Amino acid sequence: MLQADVLVIGSGGAGMYAAIAAARAGARVLLVDRSLIGRGGATVMAQMTVAVAVGEEEPDHWQHHLADTLKAGRGLCDAELSQLLCEQGPACIREMDEWGIGWARRDGHLAQVHAPGHDRKRCVYVDFLNTGPAVSKTLRARVQRIAQVQRVGDLLVTDLAIRDGVCTGAQAIHVSTGAAIPIAAKATIVATGGLTRLYARNSASLNMGGDGYALALRAGAELIDMEFVQFFPIGHLAPRLVGMDPIMWDPFRYKLGGRLLNAEKREFLPEGGRYVAARDLATYAILQEVAAGRGSPHGGAWLSFQHCAEPVLRAAFGPVIDRLAANGIDLTRQPIEVAPIAHYHMGGIRVDPDMRTGVPHLFAAGEAVGGANGANRLSGNAITEAFTFGRRAGERAAALAARIAMPEPLDHGCRRRGKTHFNPAAEIVSLQALMNTHVGPLRTRAGLEKALQDIMALAPLCAELPAPNEGLDAAWIDLHDLRNLRLVAECVARAALLREESRGAHQREDFGDTSEAWRKHQTIRLAGVELQLAS
Amino acid sequence: MRAKLKIWRGAAGEPGRFEHYEVAFEPGQTVLDGLRWIRVHLDPSLAIRFSCINANACKECMIRVDGKTVYACTTRLAQGDMTLEPLPNKKLIRDLVTEIAPPDERLP
Repeated sequence: MLQADVLVIGSGGAGMYAAIAAARAGARVLLVDRSLIGRGGATVMAQMTVAVAVGEEEPDHWQHHLADTLKAGRGLCDAELSQLLCEQGPACIREMDEWGIGWARRDGHLAQVHAPGHDRKRCVYVDFLNTGPAVSKTLRARVQRIAQVQRVGDLLVTDLAIRDGVCTGAQAIHVSTGAAIPIAAKATIVATGGLTRLYARNSASLNMGGDGYALALRAGAELIDMEFVQFFPIGHLAPRLVGMDPIMWDPFRYKLGGRLLNAEKREFLPEGGRYVAARDLATYAILQEVAAGRGSPHGGAWLSFQHCAEPVLRAAFGPVIDRLAANGIDLTRQPIEVAPIAHYHMGGIRVDPDMRTGVPHLFAAGEAVGGANGANRLSGNAITEAFTFGRRAGERAAALAARIAMPEPLDHGCRRRGKTHFNPAAEIVSLQALMNTHVGPLRTRAGLEKALQDIMALAPLCAELPAPNEGLDAAWIDLHDLRNLRLVAECVARAALLREESRGAHQREDFGDTSEAWRKHQTIRLAGVELQLAS
Repeated sequence: MRAKLKIWRGAAGEPGRFEHYEVAFEPGQTVLDGLRWIRVHLDPSLAIRFSCINANACKECMIRVDGKTVYACTTRLAQGDMTLEPLPNKKLIRDLVTEIAPPDERLP
């Protein structure tokens, strides 16, 4: 059995920041992750910039950042959460600076660049393709130095422990041995990230399968805005590229513009070689070209940097050009193919500005939280959200833990071992294809109904989770993931079907207009095995 | 193109064995792509640890390919025979998975 004042589930940016903040407030913290500490999840893969109104490149104020965030959110942001992100962002960025992250500097001040959707140069970075790894490394080093933070990787939380409606910790499986490990905690923070693994085309790591949403639902918490999945418009599609994150073309576009072309090699967005189109609009435009038969051979668009001479490319991206060459890609001679890929989830667990969920003693942080980014996330807000929400959750969880007694560990009893008569890895691949086709960036009633039918047909296969076999049980991990993915897929599809309008990342071909009547949230909770939606 | 993968199977304390799989691939695809294909199409019990899939960010998929220590996610599949084994200097967990976590991040 494990025990802590504050249990943090997930060790990306939000989880590690939460652990640091909780320990600083006097709590004994247990930081767990199904993967290695600080290496799985989304943060380590972030290659981009971090939006924050530090005003070093030009005068700025968090209220300007907030205005841009609300505008990008298409009228659907939870303004209190957005404000927390924008107002507390600068303090976190400076704290990361003190911890030695090494934000890029110019003439003695933090370098800030202009990203789409921002009204000024606001985005800090470490190195264009290295910001996420630097964030992870800095937080890992910080966490390692704090004696009150116990770190345990390879530990998969399968359910939260709920006694009389209150969260008292969690139930976990030690992945390598299959041993059941109960965890008792005064306060618990879910920081497991989003759900982008639901889609065949994604930029996700393996553990972005909506675990936190499923945990929260089964614990009795409410989810919000689940229909809003951000597709990153220019994910790498072809030729095959390895050793690099599929969203890597974004920094190229920041620095060099680049031309987005259809099969006729014609620009179809009014960009004129610059990088200005917001993510939802660019995604929509590319898929419209594909639907009209003007897509690239693999079903996306061409992205060309052929107007840039080799020295220009090399000056901008030096060693990256060599990594592309190793993949057989020469940008001076060929365009590459890009397509929208699932990148971030705006929806998530419903919290108040103290990061408290609807279940007492249960908090959430980072991408697992819904609401701060409305119907469309502003570029650069994800890492800021991880920092600010993580810090807030850690502080509030520690304050709660200081006031209450340690709960008794909850005995979940023995689950029976079950033999699985199907291949759960194959079912996950089918579900990902289904979601990409029917619950992706372009949606219709017919498609969503078809998706729901298939999602419901999958339910009997993964309604219950048996105990794993001893030793690492690889198929059991897939079954666990399938169970959570299916539940979360149902949330996205049901919410998308009900929302009869188009707004931000939710685009209905049968309801193309944004409707004022729909300027409201949908929430979801689980009653027995049934999802209940409300708006 | 087809790769013939000879993969070490077994858990700690068991006598291990090699199993043989044939994987069709397109040029550019990786050993990790091949392992994922086997799990989806042939045998979901095959254990391989990875998180970031092919961004080479998580550093979890380190194995031996033809006697050399590599990341499965950045090593290309090749026409013909390839031998895949777990890291020899780490404690075996199962198949291609070894204990790579720092000692102070393991379950006490």
